[in-house]
Amino acid sequence: MPILNLDTFNNLKQSAGAEFVHELMGAFFNDFAEQIEHMQTALAANDAESFRRAAHSIKSNALTFGAEDLAALARELESMGREKNFEAGNRLDVLKEAFESVKTRLNQLR
Amino acid sequence: MPPSAPDPARLLVVDDNQINRMMLTRSLEQEGHLVETAENGKEGLEKFRTGAFDLMLLDIEMPVMNGFEVLEACLNDFDLRQIPIIMTSAMEELDAVVKCVELGAEDYLTKPVNPILLRARVNASLEKKRLRDEQRKLFRTFATKEVAEELLREGFSLGGQMVTASVMVTDIRSFTTIAESQSPSDSIELLNQYFSMMFDAITHNGGIVNQIVGDGVLAVFGAPIFYEDHRERAVKAGLQMLEQLKIFNENQLAQNKTAIRIGIGITSGKMVAGYTGTQNRAIYTCIGDTVNLADRIQEYTKEALRPLLIDEDTRKGLPAEYQLEDLGKIVFKGKNQAVNVFAVMR
Repeated sequence: MPILNLDTFNNLKQSAGAEFVHELMGAFFNDFAEQIEHMQTALAANDAESFRRAAHSIKSNALTFGAEDLAALARELESMGREKNFEAGNRLDVLKEAFESVKTRLNQLR
Repeated sequence: MPPSAPDPARLLVVDDNQINRMMLTRSLEQEGHLVETAENGKEGLEKFRTGAFDLMLLDIEMPVMNGFEVLEACLNDFDLRQIPIIMTSAMEELDAVVKCVELGAEDYLTKPVNPILLRARVNASLEKKRLRDEQRKLFRTFATKEVAEELLREGFSLGGQMVTASVMVTDIRSFTTIAESQSPSDSIELLNQYFSMMFDAITHNGGIVNQIVGDGVLAVFGAPIFYEDHRERAVKAGLQMLEQLKIFNENQLAQNKTAIRIGIGITSGKMVAGYTGTQNRAIYTCIGDTVNLADRIQEYTKEALRPLLIDEDTRKGLPAEYQLEDLGKIVFKGKNQAVNVFAVMR
């Protein structure tokens, strides 16, 4: 699975405009940091529902940009949250790594 | 209106995800619409209730109040029910989306939303709403609220059907002469009072006023909503009209104003009924021999000197308590066969 599906990203850029996509990327980066925090707090509190919701949000955003790898990981965490599987915590670092790759790739495409 | 240049609509985007809100807002604003957003179901419902929107795009998965709960609240609200709601969901939520559409959501879109699909679905939903609003306005004017709502519930798949129904045509005798003998404003006032009386009798008996031409009215009973007793309903409406007219005339004469006389023709049988018009204006109309004959029979009231005439088919639907006078077989202009005409006395 590619870090970034360029077709999806280019379509987004074409329909929404480069400037807007730039703005959208900023929101995405900020939101990711927030959601990771939510997930960590949720894990500490054994709050599977909040964890699932944060993962859902990351998945949704990743798909908007064509970050399919990241979306797949987030989807996995969403399922784990739904099943109240708290081993999901071990996967957070993998998720963060995947996000950093997406961020680097997106910044290259600015 | 070409689909590429629709009117700007007021849209509400309800989604807890900021990126989704930004994306949807952007795409919709690029289409020239006015967009407001809400971050959760509760806030969305509160904004939607202000009544300032033509359409809502509603996320399913949300905190505080989810899209499903918002949809249910809207569908249970008489006014909100009229405004289209398009569900937006992740691919994995298709089961939930199907449930929403079955419940009454207008349509759905999966996220990330494709801007071309978004435009198509939003415009189609707005167009359908526009048409429904037109119909509602028209129905409220020409039929009882109950009939109007039943029609709206049943949808508009009624176009071009062969139906069996009763048609009533009414006309004021020598209205032109009346109109020339008094001021225009008096004439209009007279017409308005007259119509409100006639409409009352028609809608009270389950009929629908299809057309008004000058001082003439065309009404139908038994379509688009079928009543087994449509013939009797039409005749009852006719008798009520004559009764109300009698009271009306007594009042008119007491005030030194003009009394009016009317002719009513009622026929029953098969006719083609359906919605005709354009996307901006559609009316329910009936056409066919039965309708033409009603007009001829109405004209014949002048010669027969009886105000309410019906055809054989209508007579067959009347219980024995109606007092009728058989006027025999009449050959009408443009008709090959003679028609048995009856005057309804009471």
